[in-house]
Amino acid sequence: MLCLGVQSLMFGQTKDMVLIEGSRYIPLYGRDSTVVEVKDFKMDIYPVSTENYKQFLKDNPKWRKSKIVSLFADKSYLSNWKTDLEPNDSIHPNSPVNYVSWFAAKAYCECQNKRLPTIDEWEYVAMADETTKDARVKPSYNAQILAWYEAPRTKESRIGETPKNAWGIYDLHGLVWEWTLDFNSVLITGESRKDVDKDSNLFCGSAAVNATDLMNYAAFMRYAIRGSLKAKYSMKNLGFRCVQDIKKENK
Amino acid sequence: MNVSKKNHKHVIHINNVSNYLKLTISVLVLLMVVTSCKSDASKTSDTALVMYQCPMQCEGDKTYDEVGSCPVCNMDLKQLETASKDIETDEISEESIFNLTSKWHTEEGNEIQLEDLKGKTLVMVMIYTSCKAACPRLVADMRNIEAKIPTENIKNVQFALVSIDPETDTPERLKAFAIENEMDGEQWTFLQGTVDGVREFANVLSVKYKEISPIDFSHSNIISVFNPAGELKHQQEGLGVDNKETIEAILQLTQY
Repeated sequence: MLCLGVQSLMFGQTKDMVLIEGSRYIPLYGRDSTVVEVKDFKMDIYPVSTENYKQFLKDNPKWRKSKIVSLFADKSYLSNWKTDLEPNDSIHPNSPVNYVSWFAAKAYCECQNKRLPTIDEWEYVAMADETTKDARVKPSYNAQILAWYEAPRTKESRIGETPKNAWGIYDLHGLVWEWTLDFNSVLITGESRKDVDKDSNLFCGSAAVNATDLMNYAAFMRYAIRGSLKAKYSMKNLGFRCVQDIKKENK
Repeated sequence: MNVSKKNHKHVIHINNVSNYLKLTISVLVLLMVVTSCKSDASKTSDTALVMYQCPMQCEGDKTYDEVGSCPVCNMDLKQLETASKDIETDEISEESIFNLTSKWHTEEGNEIQLEDLKGKTLVMVMIYTSCKAACPRLVADMRNIEAKIPTENIKNVQFALVSIDPETDTPERLKAFAIENEMDGEQWTFLQGTVDGVREFANVLSVKYKEISPIDFSHSNIISVFNPAGELKHQQEGLGVDNKETIEAILQLTQY
């Protein structure tokens, strides 16, 4: 959206990204619930901080809370900011930014020549624990994530305080939920081709039947959250991070 | 002017690295000011919309853009109220889908932005042409709605079918689909976007979709009605549902 690469020199440098080597894996909900392929890409090692976002707002007035059009964000957008450029005093600059809509998160990443990760990319990196790139079979992996889902007020923590995973990425679990580019591809009752936009359908059994791994309850919760979101929503416990495609040297 | 003077000063006083750094930073800052993302400027220059026409329409639909008299019957030209209700306000409201700046191709191969659809009541649905299950019924729903709108209202309505599958649904393919389904009239438009533009548009409509195989998608079945300013007025969800409310919404918006 009308942004230029100059800004990527100023903040969110690519040194804060790591290379994720793509592969094929079976996510909880893939295409036909089978193997999906993830290409190589780079991912931000931290979620976007309040300070990062403040810089973005300085450069891009149209995304400030007083300027943003209601098509792109609901009323709670940046509701924890006291002014256009100042978060509430209780918010640490290194806390993950929250109360941002999908449109705003998308614009932020595009302004740095990045983009939001797809669900498949995000879940691929999030399968890792501290030592293993696919830790989903370990009982400790799920237990740890679920322990976070139970822990109150993690959104007030700061970025980079959870242990980094095997890829060198922090905070995929344990801080805030994160926007994904194609969050609206989660059709919890999709097989029936009915409209899914009914909140009451969110956690119904028909969804779980389609899941490939019924034990992966934590992942199921993430998909359920995604299925319940609309792009203009902004929530207390929802932030984001960006990824970048690997540029092909010669096409 | 001022800026270049200031930079000049910097150049004169470069005597150590830190000053040099300052210069670099100030140039960078300058660059950012010049190139940083601009908010979409709303058009204000578009004032020459007033048109005049012979009240007897001696020359058919011919219009003039200044006051005068008809060269045929000599009557004073009359100011036209061209869809005054819609075009009068040139500002795009906050809720308007015309805030989206993505580019689209029509089935005729023209490149447009959604804003180019401004001025008519919009009835939009998302489909893909290789779809065998839900889309034929969604398309049928659109045609049923269209059939129930009186002719004098139809000219103020644009029915737009937006492809979920921009890679397959080229303008040519959309054109063929339009002809095959007898939806090739003026009131129908088919749109091919970019993968990103389609995703964004779907999110504005709260439409969910997912590719489940190279030629098949799951998707929500929603028909959306927008007023001529691009503001969402009504949504009908589901297949083959009673479309009475949707038709009422369209009739209400097209009554002049």
